[in-house]
Amino acid sequence: MDEALLRSLTPSVLGILVRRGADFAAAEDAVQDALIEAVRVWPDDPPRDPKGWLVTVAWRRFLDATRADAARRRREDVVDEAGSDAPVSGVDDTLQLYFLCAHPSLTPSSAVALTLRAVGGLTTRQIAQAYLVPEATMAQRISRAKRTVSGVRFAQPGDVATVLRVLYLVFNEGYSGEIDLAAEAIRLTRQLAASIDRPEVAGLLALMLLHHARRASRTAPDGSLIALAEQDRGRWDTALIAEGVEILQAALARDRLGEFQAQAAIAALHADALTAEETDWVQIVEWYDELVCLTESPVVRLNRAVAVGEADGPRAGLAALAELHDSLPRHTAVAAYLHERDGDLATAARLYVEAAGKAPNLAERDYLTRQAAQLNTRRSH
Amino acid sequence: MAKYLLLKHYRGAPASVNNVPMDQWTPDEISAHMQYMRDFATRLEGTGEFVDSQALAPGGTFVRSDGEGRPPVTDGPFAETKDVIAGWMVIDVDSYERALELAGELSAAPGAGGKPIHEWLELRPFLTEPPTVTE
Repeated sequence: MDEALLRSLTPSVLGILVRRGADFAAAEDAVQDALIEAVRVWPDDPPRDPKGWLVTVAWRRFLDATRADAARRRREDVVDEAGSDAPVSGVDDTLQLYFLCAHPSLTPSSAVALTLRAVGGLTTRQIAQAYLVPEATMAQRISRAKRTVSGVRFAQPGDVATVLRVLYLVFNEGYSGEIDLAAEAIRLTRQLAASIDRPEVAGLLALMLLHHARRASRTAPDGSLIALAEQDRGRWDTALIAEGVEILQAALARDRLGEFQAQAAIAALHADALTAEETDWVQIVEWYDELVCLTESPVVRLNRAVAVGEADGPRAGLAALAELHDSLPRHTAVAAYLHERDGDLATAARLYVEAAGKAPNLAERDYLTRQAAQLNTRRSH
Repeated sequence: MAKYLLLKHYRGAPASVNNVPMDQWTPDEISAHMQYMRDFATRLEGTGEFVDSQALAPGGTFVRSDGEGRPPVTDGPFAETKDVIAGWMVIDVDSYERALELAGELSAAPGAGGKPIHEWLELRPFLTEPPTVTE
């Protein structure tokens, strides 16, 4: 049984059912039933048209479930009116599914869960495992999300920016266990980019590819973080970088800059440098200036301060940092790094310890603690 | 999408507003308190925010390696001030604000006289895996 094929067909089958007028939650149930049936029947009797087979079985399941429920008579009328014969292009249906799963009425975690389930075709157990919550919890999160968007019709195409944010959230989650969420996010963003022609969609795809290309070099075998400057650039995936750069250049040529394109441009400049010393920090600062205009985000300004520190020296970086509130996440870590570059090792070590106490994850905490220990060892010799 | 630990203390937290020891409540008040906690957990299961919840016995023991043949066990390093964890709940919520809201709600469980205890709960974020993107 080709699980990848089933997963890739799931969203368009679901999209077709919803397009035909099926309520989202009921359509999702019907598609799950059809998938189970496929797993049972296909090994002995493979269909010539897998998608057509799934649509037919799922639609029959949906009608059965709808007819069985007298209270849903009215919806059945709607379904009859909508008709079920016209073949619809899978691309459009899947696209609309993306918008539905990123509906503004959903919280970010619900939108992510629903996207992974409906568009990604992952099982509830797989999603629960990736997010380290009980399966029952994830099942509730998904079914609430389904109920929330059940009344929503496809007339409203929604906001592509929200869809991109949901996919970026999935990407940022990294991975745990059998599901690699970063790879899953790339797969879904590729699918989205194939069905919608927007520079920002291409920008997000390029950004993901460029970050993903460096993934193997970001951690040591023991799981500890390796800073960008210390990474073994020979382990960067040059094919992914080339693809990301090409997609980005095509997007930038459209002259409709957005934050994902700008972020991808920064990632591309890092990827382009053969050694950390060759990094074009001046151009990176310029892209951060663009990003600041686009987003007004204090986190972007913080990143910009690091780039300024590299381009114009640590004092300039500290001056840029001084304009930002020190409650910002990673503010202390950046201050520690810039003081270290400036040669003030005592201050740097103290700030690294402080930053470690505020670190949002284990790998970062250990990295910062090690930095402090390294400076303290160096100073005592 | 962040996990938080809600810690409930037997001892060690600042005194609650409605500060009457549980053994001086009526049995009905105790039942109402327990029911409130159960309802709270059930509701979070329904919203997809519940991860885990466990109660702990009050008697804790400190253990350390002391080499062969030495007593490795004490009742705590600071007998006068040590805090005692009564139990925990782990939640997985969209924001820190939501975590605060839920902790506040759990703190309002009814106690003596059927009035909310307003006990102090400790709220601690979990450290997690690093995200894919950091630089």
